[in-house]
Amino acid sequence: MTQSIKPRCIPLDLSSGDKTTELAHRIARILNPGDVVLLEGPIGAGKTHFARSLIQSLLIEPEDVPSPTFTLVQIYDLAQCELWHADLYRLSHVDEVEELGLIAAFDDAICLVEWPEKLGELRPETALTLRLSVDPCEENCRHAELEWTCDTWDGRLKGLQE
Amino acid sequence: MTQTLTFLGLESSCDDTAAAVVRQRDGGPAEILSSIVYGQTDLHSSFGGVVPEIAARAHAEKLDTCVRDALTQAHLSLDDLDAVAVTAGPGLIGGVMSGVMCAKGIAAARNLPLVGVNHLAGHALTPRLTDGIDYPYLMLLVSGGHCQFLIARGPELFTRLGGTIDDAPGEAFDKTARLLGLPQPGGPSVQAEAEMGDPDRFRFPRPLLDRPDCNLSFSGLKTALMRMRDQIIETQGGLTRRDRADLCAGFQAAIVETLVKKTQRALDLYLAEAPGRPTLAVAGGVAANTEIRKGLMQLCATSGTDFLAPPLALCTDNAAMIAYAGLERFRAGARDGMDLIARPRWPLDKTSPALIGSGKKGAKA
Repeated sequence: MTQSIKPRCIPLDLSSGDKTTELAHRIARILNPGDVVLLEGPIGAGKTHFARSLIQSLLIEPEDVPSPTFTLVQIYDLAQCELWHADLYRLSHVDEVEELGLIAAFDDAICLVEWPEKLGELRPETALTLRLSVDPCEENCRHAELEWTCDTWDGRLKGLQE
Repeated sequence: MTQTLTFLGLESSCDDTAAAVVRQRDGGPAEILSSIVYGQTDLHSSFGGVVPEIAARAHAEKLDTCVRDALTQAHLSLDDLDAVAVTAGPGLIGGVMSGVMCAKGIAAARNLPLVGVNHLAGHALTPRLTDGIDYPYLMLLVSGGHCQFLIARGPELFTRLGGTIDDAPGEAFDKTARLLGLPQPGGPSVQAEAEMGDPDRFRFPRPLLDRPDCNLSFSGLKTALMRMRDQIIETQGGLTRRDRADLCAGFQAAIVETLVKKTQRALDLYLAEAPGRPTLAVAGGVAANTEIRKGLMQLCATSGTDFLAPPLALCTDNAAMIAYAGLERFRAGARDGMDLIARPRWPLDKTSPALIGSGKKGAKA
């Protein structure tokens, strides 16, 4: 009785930057090669903060995790595969996603993609989406929504729903 | 031992494609015979966005023309070259690869030595290209994608004292412009607004200033800016030009104060080494900001340190710095073969995590 089309969603309140970091660490632990995490949300919502925390927890040797806004893609070597951290904001055409090599990376790397709206039709159905938004009143507070349609995430994300 | 060397430099690691010819008599000043940059600045202003050049193909096509124009402008042919230097990283892999392939092609066809250059080393050595200053000098590299303090000790020997732990200032300027509806690139447009504004009306955070290191953080500024903007819009139903100018002025003041205070710390560490002629050099597009420049110049004046900011055309991405960095590496004995690879990531100083160590070795080719 799989309903792989119906999206599942976990809403979470992140009361501080540390809570976002904690969530990133928990997600980091369940990721496998070929997993894609799409990071949605406006400027300042914490997409890069989340990605940086996740990447740093997986690196074997600590290294810089700069914002990928200028370079578009930063690639890291993990124990089992590569990790791609992409920021698609500056892209003007969907063809450029192919040029970046991102679609090929979706197959065998762990990919974190900021501004995934730019993927258009290339948005992988198997991806996990993390939607971040800023709380209008509480300065350090963020709201998060984890959403997915692919069954493979069901068991892995079970522990997050409290 | 006077050996005159003429180098062709190629740069295609970022948005721009560039070629240049630099000549140096051993011991003498370097001379830029030509420097061609095929940028997209004109495109940016007409389309209102920053369009990166991703396609390796497009870089490759432009490189041929760049090389031809650089040689023509220098009144030279490929026969007059002593070697080819090329950015081998860090950067967008497609661009870097097409530069490396082009350089290999020229080197193989003309039987010329090939020298791979770290793009950041190109920036860091620019003060020696323009002003011939001696090692060691303190370098603040501050651009759209980078922000770090380096002590430059040799063509491949850099000690990183600190840097941004998140966004670079150039990125913060661009995102501020995005949030306030100002044109890209954000550096000039935010500065122009800030000149009309009151820097004291809005108080922006000065992240990490309470920590004694040389690390910086600019990511929180955009969030602070966004909140202030939204609060104004909520209370008065919109944003006046005055509000926008004041926001820009407050934001810029925070960047300037943070950069200047952290530079002070880097300077203290550098001066503790008792360099012969203390010099602070700034490179990168953000070095064009007049307030940042003013702050750093004042800082240098109080400590008897020379302040050096190369001309803007040589502070932003160009190939003359690559030709020159290649020339320095070459004089130090470095040669690369046809196995030279493009490296998307390539830190200048692999050994310093964030804080200073001593006797650190720089990145190897």
